[in-house]
Amino acid sequence: MAEAAAKQEKKLETKAITVDATGVYYRELNQRVRDLIGQGYTEITLDGVNGQRYIADGLEDDISVIINGVPGNDLGAFMDGPMVTVNDNAQDAVGNTMNSGKIVIKGHAGDVIGYGMRGGKIFVRDDVGYRVGIHMKSYKGQVPVIVAGGGAGDFFGEYIAGGVLVLIGLGTEGTPAGDYVGTGMHGGTIFIRGRVPEGRLGREVRVFPLENDDRSLLEGLIEEFTNDTGADTTNVDIEEFMKLRPFSHRPYGNMYVY
Amino acid sequence: MDRHRVPAACGLSGVISQDGNLIEGDVIIESMRVIHDRGNGLGGGFAGYGIYPKYRDLYAVHVMFEDPEGRALCEELLERNLEVEAAEEIPTTPSEKIADPPILWRYFATPRGEKLSAEGREADDFMVKLVMEINMTVPGAFVFSSGKNMGVFKAVGFAEDVGEFYRLPEYAGYTWIGHGRFPTNTPGWWGGAHPFNILDWAVVHNGEVSSYGTNKRYLEMFGYQCTLLTDTEVMAYLFDLLIRKHKLPLEVACTVMAAPFWKDIDSQDTDRRHLDEALRMTYGSALVNGPFAVIAGFSRGMMGLNDRIKLRPLIAACKDDLLYVASEESAIRQICPKPDRVWAPKAGRPVVGELKGDV
Amino acid sequence: MPGDMIPSEFIVEVDHQRCRRCKRCILNCGFGVFDFQSMTTADSSKCVACHRCVVFCPEEAITITKNPLEFKEHASWDVNLRKAIWKQAQSPGMMLTGMGTDFPWLNVFDHILIDACQVTNPSIDPLREPMELRTFLGRKPDKLDIKARGDGEFDLETKLESNIKLDVPIIFSGMSYGSVSLNTHRALAVAAQKLGTVMNTGEGGLHEELYPYADNIIVQCASGRFGVHSKYLNAGVAVEIKVGQGAKPGIGGHLPGEKIGREVSGTRMIPVGTDALSPAPHHDIYSIEDLRQLIYAIKEATGYKPVSVKIATVHNVAAIASGIARAGADIIYLDGFRGGTGASPAVIRDHVGIPLEIALAVVDRQLREEGIRNWVSIIAAGGIRSSADVAKAIALGADAVGIGTAALIALGCRLCQKCYTGKCSWGIATQRPELTGRLDVDWGAERLVNLVNSWSLELKEVLGALGINAVESLRGNRERLRTLGLDVTTSEILDVKPAGM
Repeated sequence: MAEAAAKQEKKLETKAITVDATGVYYRELNQRVRDLIGQGYTEITLDGVNGQRYIADGLEDDISVIINGVPGNDLGAFMDGPMVTVNDNAQDAVGNTMNSGKIVIKGHAGDVIGYGMRGGKIFVRDDVGYRVGIHMKSYKGQVPVIVAGGGAGDFFGEYIAGGVLVLIGLGTEGTPAGDYVGTGMHGGTIFIRGRVPEGRLGREVRVFPLENDDRSLLEGLIEEFTNDTGADTTNVDIEEFMKLRPFSHRPYGNMYVY
Repeated sequence: MDRHRVPAACGLSGVISQDGNLIEGDVIIESMRVIHDRGNGLGGGFAGYGIYPKYRDLYAVHVMFEDPEGRALCEELLERNLEVEAAEEIPTTPSEKIADPPILWRYFATPRGEKLSAEGREADDFMVKLVMEINMTVPGAFVFSSGKNMGVFKAVGFAEDVGEFYRLPEYAGYTWIGHGRFPTNTPGWWGGAHPFNILDWAVVHNGEVSSYGTNKRYLEMFGYQCTLLTDTEVMAYLFDLLIRKHKLPLEVACTVMAAPFWKDIDSQDTDRRHLDEALRMTYGSALVNGPFAVIAGFSRGMMGLNDRIKLRPLIAACKDDLLYVASEESAIRQICPKPDRVWAPKAGRPVVGELKGDV
Repeated sequence: MPGDMIPSEFIVEVDHQRCRRCKRCILNCGFGVFDFQSMTTADSSKCVACHRCVVFCPEEAITITKNPLEFKEHASWDVNLRKAIWKQAQSPGMMLTGMGTDFPWLNVFDHILIDACQVTNPSIDPLREPMELRTFLGRKPDKLDIKARGDGEFDLETKLESNIKLDVPIIFSGMSYGSVSLNTHRALAVAAQKLGTVMNTGEGGLHEELYPYADNIIVQCASGRFGVHSKYLNAGVAVEIKVGQGAKPGIGGHLPGEKIGREVSGTRMIPVGTDALSPAPHHDIYSIEDLRQLIYAIKEATGYKPVSVKIATVHNVAAIASGIARAGADIIYLDGFRGGTGASPAVIRDHVGIPLEIALAVVDRQLREEGIRNWVSIIAAGGIRSSADVAKAIALGADAVGIGTAALIALGCRLCQKCYTGKCSWGIATQRPELTGRLDVDWGAERLVNLVNSWSLELKEVLGALGINAVESLRGNRERLRTLGLDVTTSEILDVKPAGM
């Protein structure tokens, strides 16, 4: 709460600028963004983006980047603070090892979203690809979150050690998750709307009933997600969500002999 | 010196007009330009279909020669085996970005009737054998394309530079596929670039085949010589073997190469389970293991396929009759800013576009 | 003992301070080493270092050491050679021994290294992503005829020959009932069933009790035709014609009379106490066309179950294998010269045959060159000691491996090489009721299951490191192996490049 208030104070002074990124090589484009931040701009809109990689990579500032077009791979990799909005689809490796901040994609995103993510939020309005949230981790207050409005490919939440993954499944038929959900899970929580057949769950996963804490968490996240992405979540019923947690924090304890 | 096997780290793009409308070559070049960073400039190439309407029923043989002697020897072999209707240098624009080009020629020809009857072969088989013979016995000569009404254009360089070098904007075809390469050693040999071609198959490939040794030994049993030491060669030969020789439907051939897991096979109904089990039992050595995304062009269509656990990116899109497949969405959006639909193909399931009528 | 001038190989020492006089050592030793005369005494000359006493002594009071008696060193005349001559001068006869050769012949597996993926190709994570070991043994068609049905489905028009389905590419090799105890057979059968693999009866027939395990048994038909009748032939999932055996190529099975009690006599249908010396050849296989005849005779009798032919790896094994494939066999079992046995003349065990690794490489190549590799599955056996050997064997061309010695070691065997005496303290290679009862079937089955599961986990790790998630992509994939310290010719024969190339 206090954090949010502090952020509000800082944001009172928005200095915005639009950059035409059409045909600009990523090196140049990202340097331009860094230069603009150095000059005190807090809201940078990039028009005509198509395929440029590493946008917002490694940025730590309290700024907002708005992308019109399809950004290239590794959007927001190692990011620690900014707010990134994409008004189109995104590609692979969004939020790679991200530490804090928020990425909102108003479209679909590709594979390996949030790999090794350590904090912050990624909201994707539509579908996501394979290995989303792979090896996400958390520690005390650092809890990363990924919410996807559509369906996901196989290996959702593979080897997750901490954090929260939510799959809403809008516009999907049957179960929104792929195969091998949560394989290797040893921490964190996965919420999936709809029933995932047991054969599709990783061996380390157990289904638990929703508790009130879960319900408030989900309600809060879905509301924030709806506001940010514009997805139509009017028919989403919290009770439809499955909660998945690991049955052990040490699933491979019996694997070795000495 | 033994040439080492070169893994295929790369960028791919492909487009087909299923109505058979002709697309200009600069479209595929523009698409490849966007994913420039997936390559490292050590190889680039394209294949176009429907580009030789004047000679549509003849085999268009593209050959690269290290020296004029190689060309003379090769042409002797060609004359003996083929009726060559036209022969010319492949038009190129010299560029400082494309260094040391070999001599590049193309021949529009058909096998000599008497040769076919003497050997008791079909024309396709005859061409395959002839191409292998040239590539293995004529020093400094390499046939890099030999299908009908299609052609492969490849070199050492970034894809977009290779496309300009071969003057692809002057061609128009109903299918184009493109490739930019990132090899990890420096072969400097044009023949090693993608697409790899056999008859009308042109294959571009991203990934490394962990089962290469197994696949290669299997193919050698059927007479294929894997001389290029590239994984793409093995993929192209597998398509040729499974589809042309064994006559498996395209979708079934893809099931062989990117086989479903036993877990999933076991849970199917009896007929399908029996079929999938028989496929894995019989064609286990044709299972392609390791990460891969391929785009393959053939005379009547184009397909994209991923490995069974999607370790390489591949995305598809469509607009009207146009089907696009590429490594990154941006490569598609560059040449089709507002597609009707964009989707990610599932692991092991092909995306196929086919010509609706004749061309 | 002064009688045969041969000093004891081992010295058994009892720490009398620790000794509790519980007499477990006396009870446990199958060789009669211990006695009690006011304190525990040991006759070292009888000790074979099987460690049964050591394991069961509650006070750890027993030590077994090599007899430190010095011999004058001689680089050519190894002490064992001198001992062999003393024994053979003492009484005429062939030196008999058990298990596989213990000569320091070069071990080819130990000169082969496995590749791993890095950067250009990802390894696959076997703990979290699927890793498949399922294997089918049997004849496969050259191609499949498949027609599209029009509704998006397909019809399979080719009829497939029957195959054996294995959940892991590891089977239990044939060890005859007679050479091992019935409890050993029982444990192997139970384990095979649990693991989804098969065990092999060996040439001693199949005890009636094990008929319910038919789906996990390969029944063997050897030259002695012990226990072979039509019900027997149909009591397994496949039939194996044993033509040869890695431990003793060119000669037949050998079961000393000491191990032929009533039950064995009944199963084998020979008199109690006689020696079961199988003939060297099958008397109906004097040439390759005879083999074809026998194979089809068996197929006709079993409704065309898969037929396996087991051969020892000898010099022209590649040509023999080709002949066997063309004779109609569905599986070829290659038994390398390191293979084990319950009894064999030492001269044959130690000097005859060629290594499995080389045989595998040349057989696989020969069959591929002839375009008939898919006519047969190849099982490789004879000294498979670890999951590393399993991976290497598959990469050299095997469809699956067989383990015999390793399975017995899992059951307690210490490799003392005295199986032919029938005194096995562990209750494995014996028929004496007071000894066979020691091997608890469930305990034994659990240990076998543990062993194969452990190796499966390790095999999956290796596959993952290779970037492979289905074992068929490793089969014959010589590209993923490199030799280290092997001469150039051997590397070429193996078709494996030296490390660095």
